Amino acid sequence: MIFHHFGAYILLLRKVFKKPEKWKIYVKEIFHEMNEIGVGSLGLILIISTFIGAVMTLQIAFQLVSDLIPTAVIGQINRDSNILELGPTISALVLMGKVGSAISSQIGSMRVTEQIDALEIMGINAAGYLILPKIIAGVVMMPVLVVIAIFCAITGGLIGGTLSGAVAPTDYIQGIQGGFNGFTVAVALVKAFIYGFIITSVPAYKGFYVRGGALEVGQAGTRAVVIGCIAILACDYIITALML
Amino acid sequence: MIEIQDIHKSFGDNHVLKGIDAIFEPGRVSLIIGGSGSGKSTLLKCIVGLHQPEQGKVYFDRQEFTQMDSEDRVSIRRDIGMLFQNSALFDSMTVEQNIIFGLDMFTDMSKKEKTDRANFCLERVNLKGTNKLYPAELSGGMKKRVGIARAISMSPKYLFCDEPNSGLDPATSILIDELIQELTEEYQCTTIVVTHDMNSVMGIGEYILFLHKGEKFWEGSNEEMLQADVAELNNFVFASPLMKAARNTIK
Repeated sequence: MIFHHFGAYILLLRKVFKKPEKWKIYVKEIFHEMNEIGVGSLGLILIISTFIGAVMTLQIAFQLVSDLIPTAVIGQINRDSNILELGPTISALVLMGKVGSAISSQIGSMRVTEQIDALEIMGINAAGYLILPKIIAGVVMMPVLVVIAIFCAITGGLIGGTLSGAVAPTDYIQGIQGGFNGFTVAVALVKAFIYGFIITSVPAYKGFYVRGGALEVGQAGTRAVVIGCIAILACDYIITALML
Repeated sequence: MIEIQDIHKSFGDNHVLKGIDAIFEPGRVSLIIGGSGSGKSTLLKCIVGLHQPEQGKVYFDRQEFTQMDSEDRVSIRRDIGMLFQNSALFDSMTVEQNIIFGLDMFTDMSKKEKTDRANFCLERVNLKGTNKLYPAELSGGMKKRVGIARAISMSPKYLFCDEPNSGLDPATSILIDELIQELTEEYQCTTIVVTHDMNSVMGIGEYILFLHKGEKFWEGSNEEMLQADVAELNNFVFASPLMKAARNTIK
């Protein structure tokens, strides 16, 4: 069963990456999707990342009970955790729920109301027209969102640590500046790129092949989010193992 | 002209179409009729390529369509207009955007030319001034008419309608039927309509193909249908009291 779905997913991607009928129309769609996926998710990412950063600071401070460890380490751990893991992965899991379910429902309802058939009848590559702009928007916007998420999480850590008194602002700032390895950002961006692909292509696949009516569209959305989250976590492990 | 030869289609163990042959001439409205589950819509989907038949051939003006690869099919599909059962208008687009979508994708017409074409098509289906409305703001009959306007926007050589009257009141149904007939004559296109509405059969049925349990049981005109001596056809055609009364009057 899993091989059947994987095969169908690969075949769908083959259709998706066929030459577009008219680039002008696709470019318009890509910008539209970039707005939907990127700008539309900005508020959620800002709120979640800021709180995660703040909570991380408090939890790290709680665990560092030794007087031998300088409090500046809190900022350093918070920075690296957010760059390597929390920024990209938590953002991806959250966006899988928001963007993924929306993509699956949109394409799924187009399938059950014969709108996809209408595109095919007009001689348009429905898979390409509906899915390619979403994938391009996903892989372009996800790294941008992840960079913003990391920045917010680190800032959130500073605010949370200062407000609670867990760490002095000067110590925290000293911590986030010390021992910085630029390669961690490269790892985060690679993760973001792959996650952007998963967040858009997996729900699109589930929506594109949905059969039935409104109930099945909803079920496809749920399955897409579950499968997408598992795929994100599996890729998280693989990328980390390969790059670090 | 569209010719189908020995079309077979199954879904699992369910053999839906069992060797259908027919010729659909240009410039006339051909109807595929039959009871629910007789395979009408499946046959239509096999003809337009939404379903791949296991056996049999479909020819569009002598070009074999069934064995063509997707690239070659595109050239024929650009000559196809189709009205779906639930209209299948694109929800996120306005009426005008729905109509000019094909023109946007496949032509280099200027914006003004496309708007003029959209206005012409809307006028043709008596929906002038609805350009900026979204499908959610339209009634069932209006959606069908926008569906027809979209179907004719590319001046099709082949027009397909899947149950164009379903869910419509009798007056609107007649309007849609008349529109389909007028457009068929105007564009001289090969029109195939799937229906089980006897008003349509009697109104526009120049050629009728009757399916029963996936088999072709009868073909002919609506006048010949009233005289036909085929039990399955008569059971279908004269099922309603109105048609029974009509038969008694004829007799």
